[in-house]
Amino acid sequence: MKTFKLGGVHPAENKLSNNSPIQVLPIPKQVFIPVSQSLGAPSKPVVNKGDQVKVGQLIAKGEAFISSNIHSSVSGKVLKIDNITDQSDYPKQAIFINVEGDEWDENIDKSDKVKREITLSKEEIIRKIHEMGIVGLGGAAFPSHVKLMVPKGKKADLLIINGVECEPYLTSDYRLMLEKGEEILIGTTILMKGLGVNKAFIGIENNKPDAIKHLTNLAKDFEGIEVFSLKVKYPQGGEKQLIKALTNREVPSGKLPIEVGCVVNNVGTAFAVYEAVQKNKPLFERVVTVTGKTIENPSNFLVRIGTPSSELVEKAGGLPDDTGKIISGGPMMGKALNMIDVPIVKGSSGVLLIEDSETERIAVKNCIRCANCISVCPMGLEPVLLAQYSEKEMFENAEKEHILDCMECGSCQYTCPSGRPLLDYIRLGKFKVGEIIRNRGKK
Amino acid sequence: MNLLTVSGSPHIHGDNSIKKIMYGVVFAMIPAILISIYFFGLDAVKVLLISVIACMFFEWAIQKFLIKGPLTINDGSALITGILLAFNVPGNLPVWIIIIGAFVSIGIAKMSFGGLGKNPFNPALVGRVFLLISFPVQMTSWPKPNPLFARKVLDAITGPTPLGNLKEELKGGRTVQDILEHGTKMIVDGKEVLYQIPDYAQELLGNMGGSLGEISAVALIIGAIYMLCRKIITWQIPVAYLGSVIVFTGILWLINPNIYINPLFHLVTGGLMLGVFFMATDMVSTPMSSKGQLIFGLGCGVITVIIRVWGAYPEGVSFAILIMNAFAPLINKGFKPKRFGETLKI
Repeated sequence: MKTFKLGGVHPAENKLSNNSPIQVLPIPKQVFIPVSQSLGAPSKPVVNKGDQVKVGQLIAKGEAFISSNIHSSVSGKVLKIDNITDQSDYPKQAIFINVEGDEWDENIDKSDKVKREITLSKEEIIRKIHEMGIVGLGGAAFPSHVKLMVPKGKKADLLIINGVECEPYLTSDYRLMLEKGEEILIGTTILMKGLGVNKAFIGIENNKPDAIKHLTNLAKDFEGIEVFSLKVKYPQGGEKQLIKALTNREVPSGKLPIEVGCVVNNVGTAFAVYEAVQKNKPLFERVVTVTGKTIENPSNFLVRIGTPSSELVEKAGGLPDDTGKIISGGPMMGKALNMIDVPIVKGSSGVLLIEDSETERIAVKNCIRCANCISVCPMGLEPVLLAQYSEKEMFENAEKEHILDCMECGSCQYTCPSGRPLLDYIRLGKFKVGEIIRNRGKK
Repeated sequence: MNLLTVSGSPHIHGDNSIKKIMYGVVFAMIPAILISIYFFGLDAVKVLLISVIACMFFEWAIQKFLIKGPLTINDGSALITGILLAFNVPGNLPVWIIIIGAFVSIGIAKMSFGGLGKNPFNPALVGRVFLLISFPVQMTSWPKPNPLFARKVLDAITGPTPLGNLKEELKGGRTVQDILEHGTKMIVDGKEVLYQIPDYAQELLGNMGGSLGEISAVALIIGAIYMLCRKIITWQIPVAYLGSVIVFTGILWLINPNIYINPLFHLVTGGLMLGVFFMATDMVSTPMSSKGQLIFGLGCGVITVIIRVWGAYPEGVSFAILIMNAFAPLINKGFKPKRFGETLKI
């Protein structure tokens, strides 16, 4: 069975919401839609206070090359444009909309009918994906149209669809594969056409056998799409790890997957692409897992972008009293929120509640040089060394030891018997090294 | 509702801890402990207890009264040092010498560098070598093994180790075959006795003279397999160490079997198995990358054989590991793990 070779860990899977079908979350009374929801420059609001908007109407325009359009997820009146705390725990500009009814933009095809035939050309597909504000739904939220525009001198020969969902607890991709399999495959075909390749691999970890079976059966009707079962290992959902697992190609340090002819998209993105291209539907809702050991009904909800996380938690049984931590995303790479009202954005895959008793980290002890962090690092780095360099503010040395290759998967800190805050220091080091490199460029 | 905790990812921990690792090692030493008690009886129990108690006492006392810092006496590391020190000395060692050894191990080799994780050398080995140099007579008087349930009246209380006997007699100009077949007449405790190097099966089980914990290769290997399964140790150092010993002694043996004994003898005698699995694999004082660990093991093997064959001491495992410990920082610098994406593979 395929998997990546270097490093990796196997945290308890805890997929509590596996058997909970996707439910449509009722529309909240108010949404807060941040204008910065993808990697790259923030989008520029194109509505003003007091404007009436419809579902799917453009409300913020991505003007830079790496940025994305943002559409209203509800119909109603723009209350104000103001700062709100988002996933990053920093104040970010957001558009506040008071909900009135649910009136959709008339260009959106609201029918359930699966539309198989692809009529758009390669260029039209890219333009449509751009226009509809599609970004990667796996977490990093990279604008999808940029990925499809292969830089000069490079050539793509393979599209990879990421159905790995290696983060513990999260099940939104899994449910989507089970319930919207055909749409995902059509979306994949659209992405293949947009990218100009005739081959696509879908990688799924073998803890989701029914999803593998389902998509394998469906894929028989689609040309060029192959489904692969992967051995469960975190962080297989990392782009570079997934490419390595499926093709044995190794993306060079500091380079993008296109360097080895691959482009990776999440299954959720493939579904969003289907809806954008076939149904003319902008990205204004997504599937989000609400989970945790203490929550009453771990669930998967179809949520409008901008819905406060508290609404999801309420619907899943309410916030347990002993909640000590609220995480946006999974337990390995998710971000701890400082308030529960943080809105769902395009990159939100889950809301995870951790009880008080499991919040505290184990006591920090001396490093015993067991080298576990080195053996689990999927990038072949030396986390212990990088953390030491960062701690001692020797950032130039950290750069030489490839600190920027770290993707912050957290395997090192997860496995450290001394409970050392390795990733905390490495994150600091990455930030400082980035600063040093930018300053070097200015000189 | 409580205040929310906000901290960086990852938000879960794999439940590994220093304690689990250390007590895993202690568990792996149980077979060797039992074998030492089987062959050396109450003496083994006495040495083990005194060594362990002394090591733990010194760690506690230094942390409590000198460092005045947190007490880590429960983490199991002083316990390991205590057992390993006992494993590395003869069963008849006087109590006061054991206590000095424990003081050197814990006080000098471990705590003065900052405690667990900071010591550049394996503490138990530092203690052992200190004793070997300071008390050469007591440290090389080996009680003869006498199985617990089949006690015999012995013609002598002490006897040589196979390695020591071989080295001594080779120096006297005899051949390997002659020594193995005819044994050696020697005067022990005022009586003339014939010493015969035991056969390989006996050596493998541990029925020979030597330090408490080193005698039984079988017991040590059982412990090693447990530690490998639990991923407490990695395969690199043991394989490189044993491999280089086999290759090096094998070459010598092929060149002249009259003066160089075969690799199998080297494997099952002396402290090799104990050193390979329990001391050369000490996390703290050995390199971290797998390449570095292979180099480390290779170096240990070569130095061990050089000392055994040409050095002043019959046994070279302790010195070899300590010398390579000193190289560990350099090896860490020179042999980095293979980075992902280092070479372009299409």
